[in-house]
Amino acid sequence: MPKYTLNVNGKARTLDADADMPLLYALRNDFGLNNPHFGCGLAQCGACTVHIDGQAIRSCVTAVSDVGKGKVVTLAGLGTPQKPHPVQKAYVEEQVPQCGYCINGWIMTAAAFLNENKKPNEAQIKDALSGLKCRCGTHMSILRAVKRAAEMA
Amino acid sequence: MTKMDKRSSSVSRRNFLKVGGALVVSVGMPVALDTMLGINAALAQGVRPPLAPDQLSSYIAVNKDGSVSAYFGKMDMGQGLFVSIGQMVAEELDVAFKRVKVIMGDTGTSVNQGGASGSTGIQLGGKQMRMAAAEARRVLVDMAAEKLGAPADQLAVVDGVVSLKGNAAKKVSYGELIGGRYFNVPLDWNKQTGNALYAPGKAQPKKPSEYKIVGQPIKREDIAPKVYAQEDFNTDVKVTGMIHGRMIRPEIAGSVPVKIDESSIKGIKGARVVHENGFLGVVADREWDAIKAAQQLKVEWSQVTPPFFDNTQLYDHIRKAPVRKRDDGKPVGDVASAFKTATRVIEAEYEWPFQSHACMGPACALVEIKNGQVTVWTGSQKPHFVANGVAETIGVPVATVRAIWVPGPGSYGRNDADDAAMDAAVLAKATGKPVRVQYMRDQGTGWDPKGPASIHRARAALDAAGNVIAYEFVSKGFSRVDVDTNGSKPAATLAGQLRGVPLGYVDGFGVPAESYVFENKLTAWETVAPLLDRGSPLRGAHLRDPVGPQIHFASESFMDEVAAAVGADPVEFRLKYLKDPRDIAVVKAAAEKAGWQTRPSPRKDNPSTGTVSGRGIAYSQRGGTTVAIVAEVDVDRISGKIWARKFTVAHDCGQIINPDGLKHTIEGNIVQGTSRTLWEEVTFNAKGVTSVDWATYPILDITEAPQSIECVLINRPELAPTGAGEPSIRAVAAAIANAIFDATGVRIRRVPFSPDRVKAAFS
Repeated sequence: MPKYTLNVNGKARTLDADADMPLLYALRNDFGLNNPHFGCGLAQCGACTVHIDGQAIRSCVTAVSDVGKGKVVTLAGLGTPQKPHPVQKAYVEEQVPQCGYCINGWIMTAAAFLNENKKPNEAQIKDALSGLKCRCGTHMSILRAVKRAAEMA
Repeated sequence: MTKMDKRSSSVSRRNFLKVGGALVVSVGMPVALDTMLGINAALAQGVRPPLAPDQLSSYIAVNKDGSVSAYFGKMDMGQGLFVSIGQMVAEELDVAFKRVKVIMGDTGTSVNQGGASGSTGIQLGGKQMRMAAAEARRVLVDMAAEKLGAPADQLAVVDGVVSLKGNAAKKVSYGELIGGRYFNVPLDWNKQTGNALYAPGKAQPKKPSEYKIVGQPIKREDIAPKVYAQEDFNTDVKVTGMIHGRMIRPEIAGSVPVKIDESSIKGIKGARVVHENGFLGVVADREWDAIKAAQQLKVEWSQVTPPFFDNTQLYDHIRKAPVRKRDDGKPVGDVASAFKTATRVIEAEYEWPFQSHACMGPACALVEIKNGQVTVWTGSQKPHFVANGVAETIGVPVATVRAIWVPGPGSYGRNDADDAAMDAAVLAKATGKPVRVQYMRDQGTGWDPKGPASIHRARAALDAAGNVIAYEFVSKGFSRVDVDTNGSKPAATLAGQLRGVPLGYVDGFGVPAESYVFENKLTAWETVAPLLDRGSPLRGAHLRDPVGPQIHFASESFMDEVAAAVGADPVEFRLKYLKDPRDIAVVKAAAEKAGWQTRPSPRKDNPSTGTVSGRGIAYSQRGGTTVAIVAEVDVDRISGKIWARKFTVAHDCGQIINPDGLKHTIEGNIVQGTSRTLWEEVTFNAKGVTSVDWATYPILDITEAPQSIECVLINRPELAPTGAGEPSIRAVAAAIANAIFDATGVRIRRVPFSPDRVKAAFS
């Protein structure tokens, strides 16, 4: 079984895994980072989203062998209560999640988007987040939070 | 700090109190108040009384530091219920809100209050917690009276400190009185468990005019831990020696494995098959290996006649299927005779498909069997019932099973969580190891219990003046309880059904919940048999507001149809026949807030092409709550696409505990209701369900979110609080349908209103 060394949240992490094993399982089971969730395994929902080199990607369909030297950042690496990312801060202020299982997708995607788009309008925000899923129907809160974060950023 | 505390999952309740620094004062067996021990020793003890509904200690504990633990036998499915429960407990106890910790849904620390069920978290669960907290305060003040040598009526309580009125220096805190010991106080239990459990003490709760904490918009403290990745879901729980399981379901529903080639997975580390009748699972040491094993395992399935048909034939099937049970409810007058005298009869029929819970993640469960004790970590809404189900499924005494609820990947009723718990239990017993099972997406969406499909026939008899003299409404559909509302019986879960347990399904549907007064009125329901009697991906079950959206889509669309037929404004038409003053109030409040213009639908000034706008109203009751919704929609006549642009919701659930939580709950209901109305439909063919992921079972996208949802929260502090978890999803579909009619003059009578269907309706 091949060995891989990945850069995750600024640390070098090593694991033995099949080349086709999705990054999601390495993060959750080998590195103990529970924040990216299994939602569909099909890149349809976003619950597993992490950043690789600043881009929001779906870790459920990204093979560990494809990560290479890419810098992986999970929700746990995005910010902390002491030093929150604006999207996290806005998420708390707007009390967004209900069940909360979807939040990796929205927060990591919004963070990557706001990094590239400083003053987005509502339509641009919606387009950037299109395709992500929230089953509890917190759409209104999500939009309020991302708009709030855009103003903070 | 009041947050959703799950530490009880690793620490027993007894230890939890010790960890909190408890002074353990053992006075042995419970003692009566009139013993020589004195009141303080009689009311509190170091030995924990049995975890039983008639013990105050089963609901409330004061820790050594004076903080309060509230043990709650219901749980929060994401709407912040525990905040409201904490508010009710803090209010009655006169402690600061932040000093109350609500510990939910662990069978080791709470009694069975029914789990999350029917929007009763506050209505029934909170009612009990309020009474328990009031009793705890009464007892604590009695204890303080003895300690301070003053009559109880001369004492006041502020933030958990009891002091003499007029001499604040003479004081004692709750922590000093009982901290770390247990209440030894019996309650007047009604001998019911589940939702109906009620066990008040001698105390009367506060008057609403005295409230300081109830009614405040207190925010949730579980949000930040989730956002900063510090909060675990039930999918994240791990125990030593845990292996991973995956289930394998047949391509043709009803077929069972007849030949399993275990050599097909022999190269996968730790891979092993668990098979019993129709039950087929695999386990492996690593999760990805379990997934691969499930994919690679070669299985020969029995040849069976595909049990279903193409979903396009669904409604014809329901129409023709024999009625298994009919319930005529409480008819008023003589409908049949009244129709014979009618000047005019309005009739319509509506259709609603099977819908999936389609939770954000497929269900997951972990079961560990160790030293004769079974521990289940489950996201099920009803962990106490899960403990019963696991005990029966694997044949162990229920007293040896502890089910610990940990928030799962979403839950809106009887979803796949109970099935996952039973599957994990069977795998854990077969392998002798702790097994974590998570379903794959196609199993979560394809094989979860479904909201049942139905048709609804409505007719109204009018006299010459256009008055409604008779109304008849009959629903016919699959039962909402093909499988039970909880997993307490093997007959109600896939693991039980697939291993051959006889079924015990019953018939259940419902009737419109409204207060329209017609001289002759009949609202009835009929059920038809399930298409496959066991192990079915189309088994009817409870999905958020069970059968409410279906029934009220039809009944409230029909009210609009009758209003249009007589040329009446839809609001005025409803007000003419509504009886309940609270119903009248919500209809008026929603209309007023929305700026409703009085005129009949459809509007006359819309162009016949392009995008047109319209407004519609619908209303319904649910369990004592009443809600009116005005929807404003844009309809693209070319593409058939609907944008439900604006909602105005008037909501009356009696006394409001937390307006902030209520507003978020309403928003979720409206958006999920819009999703179910515009997009959601389980598709299937003869073999099984074909809507198995987010591409084949689409839900409302963020680009389709409404522009605004305005809430009018009608607070009635003098009325006991009723539910909010579901009532506001109920009338969403009808409000949208009525708005589409207003915009276009076209009536859509089948859900979902997908673009193709809407476009077809225009042609």
